[in-house]
Amino acid sequence: MASTYTVTKEQILSISGVDPQKCMRCGKCSATCPSYDEMEYHPHQFVAMVEKGEIEKLMGSPSIYKCMSCMACIQRCPRQVEPAKLVEAIRLGVIRQQERNHLKPDDIPALLDPELPQQAIVSAMRKYTK
Amino acid sequence: MKYSYFPGCTLKNKAQELDRYGRDAAAALGIELEELPQWQCCGGVYPLSHDEIAIKLSSVRALAAARDDGTALVTLCSACHNVIKQVNHDMQTDDYVITRVNNYLAEDGIAYNGETRVLHYLELLRDEIGFDEIKQKVAMPLKGQKIGAYYGCLLLRPSGVMAMDDPEHPTIMEDLIAALGAQPVVYAQRNECCGGYLTLEDESIPKKRAAAILENARAQGAETIITACPLCYYNLKKHADGTGVEVKYFTELLARALGVKEGE
Amino acid sequence: MQKIGVFVCWCGSNIAATVDVKAVAEAARKVPGVVFSADYQYMCSEAGQGLIKDAIKEHGLTGVVVCSCSPRMHEATFRKAVQAVGLNPYMLEVANIREQCSWVHKDMATATEKAIALMQAAVAKVTLNTPLTAGTTPVTKRALVIGGGIAGMQTALDIADAGYEVDIVEAKPTIGGKMAQLDKTFPTLDCSSCIVTPKMVEVGQHEKIHIYSYSEVTQIKGFVGNFNVTIKRKARYVDEAKCTGCGACTEKCPSRKAPNEFNMGLNNRTAVYIPFAQAVPKVATIDPEYCIKLTKGKCGACAKICEAGAINYEAKDEYIEVEYGAIVAATGFEMIDVSPYDEYAYTQSPDVVTSLEYERLMNAAGPTGGHLLRPSDGKEPKTIVFIQCVGSRESCSSGEMRGKPYCSKVCCMYTAKHAMLTKDHYPDTDIYVFYIDVRTPGKNFDEFYRRAVEQYGVHYIKGAVGKVTPEGGKLKVQASDLILNEQLHIDADMVVLAGAIEPNKSARPLATMLTASMDTNDFFTEAHPKLRPVESPTAGVFLSGMCQGPKDIPETVAQAGAAASKVIGLLAKDHLVGNPCVAHSDEWMCNGCSQCETVCPYGAITYEEKEFRMPDRTTKVRRVAQVNPAVCQGCGACTVTCPSGAMDLNGFSNAEIMAEVDALCR
Repeated sequence: MASTYTVTKEQILSISGVDPQKCMRCGKCSATCPSYDEMEYHPHQFVAMVEKGEIEKLMGSPSIYKCMSCMACIQRCPRQVEPAKLVEAIRLGVIRQQERNHLKPDDIPALLDPELPQQAIVSAMRKYTK
Repeated sequence: MKYSYFPGCTLKNKAQELDRYGRDAAAALGIELEELPQWQCCGGVYPLSHDEIAIKLSSVRALAAARDDGTALVTLCSACHNVIKQVNHDMQTDDYVITRVNNYLAEDGIAYNGETRVLHYLELLRDEIGFDEIKQKVAMPLKGQKIGAYYGCLLLRPSGVMAMDDPEHPTIMEDLIAALGAQPVVYAQRNECCGGYLTLEDESIPKKRAAAILENARAQGAETIITACPLCYYNLKKHADGTGVEVKYFTELLARALGVKEGE
Repeated sequence: MQKIGVFVCWCGSNIAATVDVKAVAEAARKVPGVVFSADYQYMCSEAGQGLIKDAIKEHGLTGVVVCSCSPRMHEATFRKAVQAVGLNPYMLEVANIREQCSWVHKDMATATEKAIALMQAAVAKVTLNTPLTAGTTPVTKRALVIGGGIAGMQTALDIADAGYEVDIVEAKPTIGGKMAQLDKTFPTLDCSSCIVTPKMVEVGQHEKIHIYSYSEVTQIKGFVGNFNVTIKRKARYVDEAKCTGCGACTEKCPSRKAPNEFNMGLNNRTAVYIPFAQAVPKVATIDPEYCIKLTKGKCGACAKICEAGAINYEAKDEYIEVEYGAIVAATGFEMIDVSPYDEYAYTQSPDVVTSLEYERLMNAAGPTGGHLLRPSDGKEPKTIVFIQCVGSRESCSSGEMRGKPYCSKVCCMYTAKHAMLTKDHYPDTDIYVFYIDVRTPGKNFDEFYRRAVEQYGVHYIKGAVGKVTPEGGKLKVQASDLILNEQLHIDADMVVLAGAIEPNKSARPLATMLTASMDTNDFFTEAHPKLRPVESPTAGVFLSGMCQGPKDIPETVAQAGAAASKVIGLLAKDHLVGNPCVAHSDEWMCNGCSQCETVCPYGAITYEEKEFRMPDRTTKVRRVAQVNPAVCQGCGACTVTCPSGAMDLNGFSNAEIMAEVDALCR
């Protein structure tokens, strides 16, 4: 799904506070990512693509809903690039637009499991909606 | 010793055992946990974006209340702890956040600058009471039990802010397990993610993660793994059948060892 | 009245493009005392120097100011020039209008104004300058080399071969260092001990070299040409003069649980031990932590078996003082502790090893007799994963940094070596190397690495390892392959970590004793990174090997020889011309407070009781400061500390400095 308006590289850098130029292309983020196989674009690609300005492609990818925010890439990056913050910024670039929530409150009842902790619902709402 | 206590929404609902055993054990250890009179949901996850302010307000209200009470703020749920501790760090170091949060809270007459000390319940056990002291108070040692600690992500990362333990080589839960008389089992997957909130949309991911974690724990000899996080507990327990590994809250084992678990 | 000449240099366009040099020369003519001024394209050239010399002769100049680059560049050049025509070299001042002016300003008007102010300050100072004459000090013709690895050994041999006495102080019981622990060396694959042990023997037998093994430097006093060094000879409980190195004691010793340092703790040794067969000196040492006699008072097995009667349980540490003319730091390196990188499970599985441990596992004299067997179960590994840059090339922007910001330089090559040697002995082994970049700048280095890929079929993967999970006797490796854009999952039998190199822990306290500077990583700093690479900024202190930065064996040996040649150049002199800019005390003003003595880093100040004839014709004994000009380095710490203004520094007197400041503030 193409986005309705443009989010610039500068906005992503500002929202995330990340400087992709600190990346030395070691691949540690993608080596440590537990969600790697679920993603179309992988953590190291988020860094490289943001640096190149390919924001649109990332905004259109389901990968932005696959990050678990486990912070393994943030913790283990030897250059303190913090790739997960770019994933978050790109996702916010999408869901902050009107009618672009990834998850709607109406969707939730169908997803519920009696044992599911509230924490999961709150977290998902925080990550996927505005 | 008296502390302010932030239980969080999950501990009032699906994770009542985590809370109850935690309170019972604290009482047995001579710790007074006073629940904040008013608290709001922590937000569940710390925002990884620099410009999100509103989500942080509820944490700051809790932090300010603890400060006004003159006590440290104790959390038990890993998620609440991660959010509140990171927000507190922001309120100590990030001028952008400090200014904006305080602008919002001015209407409520709150001004906060990171004064409160935030402790996870495990830190309370280690740093305020001491594992040696706990060892003395163990009434029913968990002799012969092989227990693996499951840290997950939120207790340890980002380590510079959480500062609970070494992010790759933590020992706080293993030391607790040993103090309770059981045998700690170290396994590499103990600080890898359980799949977290993705479970809501797509259960296949937590299923794979849980399998990797549980298999690793089992292979290294663990019969039980313990956690401080209701979501980890859910994701792991759901897929633990047939693995030979039991999933428990750490407070349950603590309460049992201290002899204050109901029905025992 | 001084007659001063001012010479303004253009430095090509370096100065002239930003500073109006003609305006500076013109302004100089208006300064009282200046009788001549000129500007010229390159004042440091023969012609430029000629201009200065001619002006001195023609105008009878008594002082000269050159407005040019930093005095660190050409002060010596200009001092020699004025001296050639009979002017005292200390009647020259340099005003730095390049580094401190033209290079840091863009606007010509501002830069010119500042250049004029700097010129005026220099004129004010030279007006008060007095001719100074340097004294000389004799040179002690003996060198000290600290560290007995390949760097220290080569430096010592080269100095000794030139005919000078050299002492090596080595902390371990034997010389040989890390090179003695290596199996083969890249890129030639010659056996490391086969080339290092002859060097050790040569050092041990050289009549000009004395080895203080199992010893440490504890204090250094003095200065270039005249160092006084205290060496602690740790009690080894074995008389070096009597021990024949027969090894009978090591066979009888019942305490067999001490970790064997030479094998990186992969096996144990006895409490009384000789580190390895070719140790120099080949004498036993008793480890007091593990010796039963020394810890519990019982045993004495080694003393009973020793026919030479060399064992002495009563031995104590001894301190000796020796004089040296030059000191060489050759303290070497360590591999960092890799346990903080526990995502690689180093603390969780014995089959995760460091490269240095792997080196021992491949070595015929190692714990497995040269058979590559994994530590957990003694089986041959079939799949081995090598992880590069463990702790190297990490960002230093955060206080949380686990590793080092620099490239450790030797890891790419030794890993290629490990891979090929493993394949040579066990051809069906599957080997993966995870790298960020493969760095092989060196003669025959890239060819060597390519051989590993093309002839040996080693899998080089551009990517990182994220997690190692020990499970069921395997090491489950999760990694990225950036070229194929895949996450890999490899079941390995061994994982080898190429940990970062760091300076030996003894380097920092040694640098403090030497007043030698270090960088933030605790590598010694060279006097100039390009032009004086083996000298420390502290006179008489030289650098050899890894203590200055990561380097391989050929580079180390080359640098060791270079350091030796600098030492020889120093020791060849009978006298050193000193620095006349030393402190002196006005005894009448000195109040005897001792503050200067306390701050002096060189121990140049002492106090004496002296008789003074007072104005009322009585005699009074007063305690006053005395400066030893041979020891004083002219740092000026005493002059700023002295509360009564009695201390002053030749060439930088309080009056001269104040005149400069006044001129700048005018």
